[in-house]
Amino acid sequence: MSAAVTVRGLRRRYGERVVIEGLDLRIETGEFVAMLGESGCGKTTLLRALAGLDPVDGGRIDGPSQPAVVFQEHRLLPWAPLWQNVALGIETPQAREQAVAALREVGLAGREGDWPRNLSGGQAQRVALARALVREPRLLLLDEPFAALDALTRIRMHDLIEDLVARHRPGVLLVTHDVDEAIAIADRILVMRGGRIAASYDVDAETAAGPSALRAKLLGELGVVLHDRAA
Amino acid sequence: MAVDLTSEKTEAITGLLHGQPRSAGEWTWSGRELVAISWLAPLAFALGWETLCRFGGVNPQVMPAPSAVLATAWTLAADGTLFVHLGYSLVRAATGFVVGGGIGFGLGVLVGFSRLAEALLDRSIQMVRAIPFLALLPLVIVWFGVDEAGKIFLVSLGVLFPIYINTVLGIRQVDPKLMEVAKVTGLSLRGRITKIILPGAMPSILTGVRYALAVAWLALVIAETIATTKGVGFLAMDAREFLQTNVIVLTIVIYAAIGVLADSVARALERRLLAWHPNYAGEARR
Ligand SMILES: Nc1ncnc2c1ncn2[C@@H]1O[C@H](COP(=O)(O)OP(=O)(O)OP(=O)(O)O)[C@@H](O)[C@H]1O
Ligand SMILES: [Mg+2]
Repeated sequence: MSAAVTVRGLRRRYGERVVIEGLDLRIETGEFVAMLGESGCGKTTLLRALAGLDPVDGGRIDGPSQPAVVFQEHRLLPWAPLWQNVALGIETPQAREQAVAALREVGLAGREGDWPRNLSGGQAQRVALARALVREPRLLLLDEPFAALDALTRIRMHDLIEDLVARHRPGVLLVTHDVDEAIAIADRILVMRGGRIAASYDVDAETAAGPSALRAKLLGELGVVLHDRAA
Repeated sequence: MAVDLTSEKTEAITGLLHGQPRSAGEWTWSGRELVAISWLAPLAFALGWETLCRFGGVNPQVMPAPSAVLATAWTLAADGTLFVHLGYSLVRAATGFVVGGGIGFGLGVLVGFSRLAEALLDRSIQMVRAIPFLALLPLVIVWFGVDEAGKIFLVSLGVLFPIYINTVLGIRQVDPKLMEVAKVTGLSLRGRITKIILPGAMPSILTGVRYALAVAWLALVIAETIATTKGVGFLAMDAREFLQTNVIVLTIVIYAAIGVLADSVARALERRLLAWHPNYAGEARR
């Protein structure tokens, strides 16, 4: 397998505060990796470094120069119709066709001329997803993209993204706070703590006997202790 | 000329005007009815004025009746003089607006994008802006004489600052989160400017345009009091000499009418360029 991204000894600080220290990470092409971690542990910081949005203070990142990113908010340009939002930065003459096709893939066929303000939160997030996927990225970075959506929409988004990732096969790093979400869609789950990757779980192997054991382990990693009610 | 109509404020104002939810029982008016209603008060005012002049013993030398003003307009229009003067005024206003607006926009884009340009230019521009431009009047006469150039200069100067300030403001207010999107989608510099920065700054720029239109008109009224033989302002000055109150009132009405017209042009521009903006979309005629 080839790596979508490899990170070695990454270091990132804000002023005096070191947020990421000696972080190693490898994501394979087509691998879906979810990352959990307490609030403020540096997940967004890592993602922004991978996206090339922030500089790094040490270590190295080997990956595509232009990974695709979906942020927690959709970040669509309010003054551009949907297809132009999706085609942003694509300069080929087929930009529009590609954008329309990508919108169809996320279930928004025929809406290419609409304004972003006419979309629901879930639809807007799907457009953001289309914008990321239309450039066939080798690495897809998702920072809590479903956090603002209701539970039902979220489940539909899980289906959609699993489907899209299976088809386009980028390496995916999904930052989330939702343990069940991570178990439902990831191949591998990482826990970030103390500025590095503290644990890594292979989802298929861990859930052979059902997801509850892995769920308890992950919650334990995050400092949540479940009391066994049967006892 | 304090120009602090930030888009935030205008948003708040338009929100107040349009965003009110109707209570269930309230009678709702159609757009056309509302337009008709909006003309009731001005009509009643004109009627009252006419009545007072005819039967209230108001001296027509002090306040001519609307009918007298209309008659004057008709006479002046019939021999063409009205249109000559109007033409001169409009050309002055338009030229001044284009020159001043162009320079203001150009400087605004420069300063909005570049901190270096800001360091070089902004202080000087702000200093010139602080001068009440009436104070420049004598100097303008010395520099340009009483020609067209002086008048156009005054209008340009008045227009320049609102456009400059709102362009800078608009560019600076563009959401940095959208600029990050530009970065992760690999948008070119040209794309960043045309697809993100200028559209993002457009509401603010148009606020500047709207304000500048009003200022251009005001500057023109003042500029046309400088010795001249053409223009609506001349018409007023000339009428004053001969105490022709009906001509004076006519010029005031013309200034007002063109002001209203300019404002509706600016609004049409907003509706067109800001169709994406929730505050302007499908905005009813006001
Ligand atoms: N621009 C910044 N300047 C200074 N400190 C920052 C900045 N951005 C983040 N931090 C700090 O870095 C740490 C990590 O922040 P980060 O946003 O990466 O956390 P996170 O894991 O994404 O949290 P959450 O799950 O709440 O989104 C936090 O302690 C935060 O206060
Ligand atoms: Mg975060």
